[in-house]
Amino acid sequence: MFALVDCNNFYASCERVFQPQFEGRPIVILSNNDGCVIARSNEAKALGIPMGAPAFQYKDQFKRQNIQVFSSNYALYGDMSHRVMTVLKRYTPNVEIYSIDEAFLQFKGFEYFDLKVECARMRKQVKQWTGIPVSVGLAPSKALAKIANKIAKKFTAKTQGVYVIDTEEKRIKALRWTAIGEVWGIGRQHKMRLEAMGLQTALDFVRLPDDWIRAHMSVLGLRLKKDLQGLPFIQLEEIDPPKKSIATTRSFETTVSQWGDLEERVATFAVSCAEKLRKQRSNCSALYVFVRSDPHKKGATPYRNSCTVTLPYASNSNLDLSKYALTAAKSLFRKGIHYKKAGVIALGLTPAETRQLTLFESHVGKHQALMYAIDKIHHRYGPHQMKLGNQDLKRTWKMRQEHLSKRYTTALTDIIKVK
Amino acid sequence: MSESHLSFFKPNPATRKMLHLVQEGISAGFPSPADDFKELRISIDQEVVKNEEATFYARVSGQSMQGAGLDDGDLLVIDRSQEPENSAIAVCFIDGEFTVKRLKVEKDCIYLMPENPRYQPIKVTEENQLQIWGVVTYVVKKV
Repeated sequence: MFALVDCNNFYASCERVFQPQFEGRPIVILSNNDGCVIARSNEAKALGIPMGAPAFQYKDQFKRQNIQVFSSNYALYGDMSHRVMTVLKRYTPNVEIYSIDEAFLQFKGFEYFDLKVECARMRKQVKQWTGIPVSVGLAPSKALAKIANKIAKKFTAKTQGVYVIDTEEKRIKALRWTAIGEVWGIGRQHKMRLEAMGLQTALDFVRLPDDWIRAHMSVLGLRLKKDLQGLPFIQLEEIDPPKKSIATTRSFETTVSQWGDLEERVATFAVSCAEKLRKQRSNCSALYVFVRSDPHKKGATPYRNSCTVTLPYASNSNLDLSKYALTAAKSLFRKGIHYKKAGVIALGLTPAETRQLTLFESHVGKHQALMYAIDKIHHRYGPHQMKLGNQDLKRTWKMRQEHLSKRYTTALTDIIKVK
Repeated sequence: MSESHLSFFKPNPATRKMLHLVQEGISAGFPSPADDFKELRISIDQEVVKNEEATFYARVSGQSMQGAGLDDGDLLVIDRSQEPENSAIAVCFIDGEFTVKRLKVEKDCIYLMPENPRYQPIKVTEENQLQIWGVVTYVVKKV
């Protein structure tokens, strides 16, 4: 059996653990730089705040409806996530951490256990130990566990947060209840195509012939069908596969129009990508760089552009990534534009250990020792201590986080005060 | 199954040991005689943290629990895995505020008892919004 454990409104729940006065009140959490809404409590959803709502457009509504606004506090969310996941690992050794607030659990050899009782106990323990409410869906396969979780969450009062699909009757009922676009693994493209064919629910999907699915949705689609039929074809992935692409993209605090300012930002983003690459022991072989003007500024020339540069050899050096990202940015730069956002995305990641040698370049691995030293220094003395000459040396670029809560669990200066 | 007497044992994660990684490698010459006796340095966590995932910290503000040895500015270790019981010292959230008090459970109400004669007990009835946030297990103070 598989269980999907999902934290309810995770970011909002994290904030509420340390500020319980917001229990039952509408909360929204904003993206990096306080740009747009990335998480909402149930109460905020009920008030009609959409996902992705630009913060400045909804400012009045937040105030009028007494909606509590938070900047995203990833130090807090990361630590709380780790706590939740660690408690889950007490229940089974086979855990796949699927995202910051979701995990698949596999129960092998638990035939003599009542898993529903175990899951209810687990849910209670997570809540008591960490303060985070979770929902649990239990089923013979991952895709069905995902649906069972939705049911548990949607009908919390009736299910007490745990729902099990363990009979054929329940499976059919659950599939009929699930809209085709809601099925795990069916993306927008497939959704539109299947809907155009008149399919509405997950049940309609599993009734499609195998051949058709294989031809139009590849073997992945077929695996999904089997999974939804209750045959576990999608396996638990316990080891994190290295990320396929790495990105650093940010809105600027204020718009910039000088090349020097844009150069500084792009270099910093490139260095940040290089650091992330080294952390997971990867190199990248190409960089995608984009710039964008402020879309909300009236009267200014709108501009967005991007370009991809291929590196002559795979690298994760600050110097290489900065150099090539700036070559790209230079070609994108136009005078008279008010730039508001830029980003660097590292593509074509390869393991750092296996490197393709090239005939004409002898740079390969040239900066390795230097990068190793820089990483060590940052590890010991904190980040942003050493920078390239084209980065801003004086100030560390500050994110806009006007509504940031404290780092209650990761900084002694920020812990709660009790009278 | 007939007459089978099985006992199940669970490992106790609270007593897990960290092992040292010996990184020196093997080189010619006399090895350090200390290598075989390496141990991890003492950390106060070993004493005060029983369940890492359930452990949180708080700072005392005020003197209401002076009698129990909780002074202004002291650091509290809170273990949310402990069930709050009568006479436990707990961090509570009541009427919009965090407070630390000793719990006194009566038949139909709970009292939050200060340990300082200058403070009044707080009677918690159904009207109050009380959340017992976690049980205080240790207090760290500067001498």
